[in-house]
Amino acid sequence: MKNERPETGGFFQRDRTWQPPAFSPGYKSTVVRSPQRAPVSFGNTLTEITGPVFGRSLLGPLDNDLTVNYAKPGESAIGPRIVVYGRVLDENARPVPNVLVEFWQANAGGRYRHKKDGYLAPLDPNFGGCGRTITDEDGNYWFRTIQPGAYPWPNGINDWRPAHIHFAIFGHGFVQRLITQMYFEGDPMIWQCPIVRTIPDRKAIEGLVAALDMASTVPMDARAYKFDIVLRGRRSTLFENKLEGN
Amino acid sequence: MVQSLPRLKETASQTAGPYVHIGLTPNYCDISGVFPEDLGARMVDEKTKGERVTYKMRVIDGTGSIVRDALIEIWQADAAGLYNSPSEPRGKADPHFTGWGRQASDKETGVFTFESIKPGRVPFTNGRLQAPHVSIWIVARGINLGLQTRMYFGDEPEANAADPVLTALEHQNRVPTLIAPRTGDTYNFDIHLQGEKETVFFDV
Repeated sequence: MKNERPETGGFFQRDRTWQPPAFSPGYKSTVVRSPQRAPVSFGNTLTEITGPVFGRSLLGPLDNDLTVNYAKPGESAIGPRIVVYGRVLDENARPVPNVLVEFWQANAGGRYRHKKDGYLAPLDPNFGGCGRTITDEDGNYWFRTIQPGAYPWPNGINDWRPAHIHFAIFGHGFVQRLITQMYFEGDPMIWQCPIVRTIPDRKAIEGLVAALDMASTVPMDARAYKFDIVLRGRRSTLFENKLEGN
Repeated sequence: MVQSLPRLKETASQTAGPYVHIGLTPNYCDISGVFPEDLGARMVDEKTKGERVTYKMRVIDGTGSIVRDALIEIWQADAAGLYNSPSEPRGKADPHFTGWGRQASDKETGVFTFESIKPGRVPFTNGRLQAPHVSIWIVARGINLGLQTRMYFGDEPEANAADPVLTALEHQNRVPTLIAPRTGDTYNFDIHLQGEKETVFFDV
């Protein structure tokens, strides 16, 4: 790690007109799970500015390869082989290094390895559906997986989720914590999805669509999708009268 | 025209969905062998300093039903009031306390159980001490953006009465939604997502 003074500035206010509102009746589950009163704000304290960090010793060698991390030895998951890569940045466009990125997804048929998923598509005995990695010094991450399938879900009579990968990202402060979903370039299902449509701004949705990157493919092996993630940025302490530390 | 500011927009949040446990607590939902244990399951070890306590939390929706498919993460200071984080400028926290916990609920009762220690006090922005508290982050199907709240300790009436966050709440009748009563070594905390007893959530 670089020997830098830890950042201690407060985080920029979250743009609640950009983020999906809690109450989004097109996505029916939000109706009784959405707070109705305004959330309360106060300036960030150390509780918000600090957050847990995870060392690379946490990671096993297969943690970022979903094609084999649940498979029997010598076998691998069924489906289009892909690499997903990108950077974790903050709103100041600076990389967020050394943060844990976790991901989970359905299999190539659109079925999750979960008791509550009763979709007709079969489980893949070689696919668990979870993985994790830690960003490098420049905020880069990557993992290998199979492209998940679309699937129907109980909301309207005939609603389908576009193919997607769930992401959970830690920042350096606990209030940077973010969960989102990555979609795939060119998928017409994206624009019909009630969960996608909880996001009011089309540009914000486009920010969730990973680009096919033929230049980063692994020839004769896997295509590549690039997905950058932006976490909340923090105020610089440059202009403060009293700098902390040395 | 003016110069543009070099800022990006935060990535839009999407719900954690009903299968969040596959990704974040896979062993809990019978996906074993990928990760040795679920991350955040243990916050303390035998050498952790401080008073051992248990938090038992529930999440309740607007119809009064217990939410069983949520996931909760908590973040708190150690017994001396220090956070186990590189962003903690005041000193080094207890290395035997992670400060961070993650749990799924008991499949039958819907109770989220955290084995922790009672945190020390942490200063507010103006240097005044806050009452001991635990920061909470809740994600689930039907929650588009993770909800942030805090749990305060029911056996700290004096500290709570002087806490800069609690005393600044406009609706003082909502303060009890943030305070967990103590029974033995356990604090019970119900998080109401909606309705008459709606918990105070934060945008911080």
